Amino acid sequence: MQVDENTKVYKMGAWSPGPGCHGGCGVEISVKDGKFVKIEGDVDHPYHEGRLCPRALALGQYINHPDRLRWPLKRVGERGSGKWARISWDEALDTCESKLRDIRDKYGAESMVFGQGTGRDSGGPILFLAYAYGSPNWTLFGLSGIACFTPRLAACFQVMGDMTFPDAAQFFPERYDDPDWKCPEVIVSWARNLQGSQCADHYFSGHYVTDMMKRGAKLIVVDPVNGWEASRAELWLRIRPGADGALALGMIKVIIEENLYNKEFVDKWTFGFDKLKAHVASMTLDEIEQITWVPKEKIILAARMYAKAKPASMRFGQPLDSNAEAVATIHGLASLWALTGNIDNPGGNIITRPPKGVTLYPYSTEEVIQLYGQEFVNKMNLKRIGADQYPLVKNFRSWAMSDDVLKQMETGTPYPVKGLWCQTNNFIAGTAQDPKRHWEAVRKLEFNVVVDTFMTPTAQLIADIVLPAAALSEKDSVFTTGVPCNPIYKVATVDEARPDWEINFELAKRLNPQAVPWANVRGLFDQRLAVIGKTFETLIDSGYVMAPKGDATTPYNRHEKGLLRPDGQPGFRTPSGKFEFYSQKFEEYGLNPLPYHEEPIESPFKTPEIYKDYPLIMMTGRRVGVMFHSEHRQIPWLRELNPHPSIDLHPDTAKEYGIKDGDWVLIEGTMGKAKRRAKITPIMHPKIVMAQHGWWIPEATYNGDGNPYKVWDINVNQLIPMGHNSKSGFGGAFTKTMLCRISKVKEGEEVNYGS
Amino acid sequence: MAARNGLMIDYDFCTGCNSCVVACKQEHSYPVGKGGINLVEIMTPLPDDRIRIDYIPFTTAYCDLCYTRTTRGEQPACVKHCQAACMYFGTLPELAAKMEAKPHCVLFTPR
Ligand code: SF4
Ligand code: SF4
Repeated sequence: MQVDENTKVYKMGAWSPGPGCHGGCGVEISVKDGKFVKIEGDVDHPYHEGRLCPRALALGQYINHPDRLRWPLKRVGERGSGKWARISWDEALDTCESKLRDIRDKYGAESMVFGQGTGRDSGGPILFLAYAYGSPNWTLFGLSGIACFTPRLAACFQVMGDMTFPDAAQFFPERYDDPDWKCPEVIVSWARNLQGSQCADHYFSGHYVTDMMKRGAKLIVVDPVNGWEASRAELWLRIRPGADGALALGMIKVIIEENLYNKEFVDKWTFGFDKLKAHVASMTLDEIEQITWVPKEKIILAARMYAKAKPASMRFGQPLDSNAEAVATIHGLASLWALTGNIDNPGGNIITRPPKGVTLYPYSTEEVIQLYGQEFVNKMNLKRIGADQYPLVKNFRSWAMSDDVLKQMETGTPYPVKGLWCQTNNFIAGTAQDPKRHWEAVRKLEFNVVVDTFMTPTAQLIADIVLPAAALSEKDSVFTTGVPCNPIYKVATVDEARPDWEINFELAKRLNPQAVPWANVRGLFDQRLAVIGKTFETLIDSGYVMAPKGDATTPYNRHEKGLLRPDGQPGFRTPSGKFEFYSQKFEEYGLNPLPYHEEPIESPFKTPEIYKDYPLIMMTGRRVGVMFHSEHRQIPWLRELNPHPSIDLHPDTAKEYGIKDGDWVLIEGTMGKAKRRAKITPIMHPKIVMAQHGWWIPEATYNGDGNPYKVWDINVNQLIPMGHNSKSGFGGAFTKTMLCRISKVKEGEEVNYGS
Repeated sequence: MAARNGLMIDYDFCTGCNSCVVACKQEHSYPVGKGGINLVEIMTPLPDDRIRIDYIPFTTAYCDLCYTRTTRGEQPACVKHCQAACMYFGTLPELAAKMEAKPHCVLFTPR
């Protein structure tokens, strides 16, 4: 649309970099003379109907920020010295190509690790580059147990063959007005903080909860913190962090023993009910109350309320992924959906697949195979780090196991790791547990590249080459990890910043031309979009695409219609064809086939002797809506709203330790310490403290002393270890459960934000 | 005389997301420290050791009710982008009528 002579408005999907999100919204971007001027929500787009988050609304300050990386840099001093020189793209790509070729020739392609952060619009291109180069070692670098989303995906794919999200009519263009949709009577928000994860997250946006509350849905909230949702909930279960698996079992027990389960669904569509029944019969609600800190009366009420609601849905979040045995916990939650028949029904938990299976960034084994073929995937598995250790890791989604990647960098066995391609992953500040151990390991590698939008602590400390990534409005891409499928296209430029896809495409082509038969990135997109009957151009014209009703990727009740299994038979994509309370896949992989609870590595029950000296539980990672992970600290409008690396304390806790609001606090755990600024708030539990994750101080000048942007003063991940991942491989990052103690920082030792 | 316009907020649903705050800043290019709307957070103790959190977006002296947008027939920037869709723009009689049906609302009438 032309607004005036020089200003044009373009409709597209929003996705990182820029807004910092997992994508979904439709936006309108105004551009004048090739430069971004404004962003608004697109009222015609079904995902958010014109609404937009503060991070997207501040996109102008992100794009035009004076600190944006604008051209490639090479290191001209020692690693970590902070000395950089501008180079051309030709020189940057030549260097990357020749170093990567050297490593492949000398040690084999597997010696190069390709690490992403939480992924988003760089996940697809990173896998693309890794596989074109020939390395199986694509990973979420730094995060123990890959404890974000993947444990959830892995668990659900084993026990029911697919992932689910709560039904908010997101698969239909008319949304809540669609006649087939039903508003859930009850929504369970489990370990999910609407205020922080307020917007786009794949198939669901936080404010779908308020949409459905307005339409009559009641909330059950499971959260140690008295957040906004807890304050609006019909029932709030203040759980001890890390005890989710036990609570799930308690609710299962009540639902089975009070005969509240959906007999028809259980008889027809589930496997192993008797075993589950016997399993929960062996525990008492008193035990569960003790483990969870939730009074058993509330467990009973929650179970009844959830089971009696027709329909009911459940949202669940990342804290479950960091449970000691994450996959077992999530199996417990999924069992609740199956017991109550809330799977793929209107208003329940619906199975989520991208429209017609279109994918550029695979979230399941099936999608990896769809892109690369079984034979290639089998070949990659031979050398993929962790594949031989963990059958679930081997058989799900093709990640290299993060904890084992780190170990292998340190030990060089069974083969050496020589380089890290680190794209949009600020692991020194946010992603990694035990970040100093990561720094030590990565700084010894032969060649490291960082691709990002800003100079981060990670780039400062480890990179040899830094490549500037383009943000939303400066790149072509396709959003396929949710619904609808959205086009994203380049309408503006910022100096020499290049899209992640373009960078990786070009380098992949140099390293292995056969793997890159397309003339350009759009050619690749065209091929991938063929399943939805679009080319990149026609996708831009149509704005977004959903699959029609009746398609295997659109609800409802697809298990009844034979739309889920490759053989076309009714049922689920599991060995029994049913939802498996008793998982035959887990059994095959040497894991417990039934859901169970495992204590965190440190806890009042597991390590009472440590608890005596470290009497508080530290949670980190809870989202704040105005920033995404380690991003946005330099965006003025957003930083204004969340200015400090904080630790939230209950007033009683603060009083006990003599801490006032705004004081600097030393947090000490068994393996490290960090400083934070106190924020006193009654929403906290007196035994739990909460430190925001991902903090660094971008405005602090870096002088080459190895502590860029104060990261080592404030990074609370220094209190959290690597290498204690779940037995399955996936899960167990302990970001919510490490024990700690706090004290007021001595005068003169506070963290200041200057140099 | 035409009825005055105002902003009504159904703060039962305001989650404190800050979209209104930043939308206003973008719309008017307001710098840090200046804006047409600020969030006020109110914590009220409830029985059973629970706190009710209310966010009230509060218009300031810099709110012009998005004069340029609304005269073009568009919604104010804050109303359009509000993630909870709990903000309403209209004439005072319209908004007052809407308020009657809701338990917790505030009405702002910046001039
Ligand atoms: S109506 Fe316009 S000026 Fe007033 S607060 Fe909302 S966005 Fe700002
Ligand atoms: S945008 Fe809406 S929900 Fe968000 S803070 Fe403002 S009024 Fe509240």
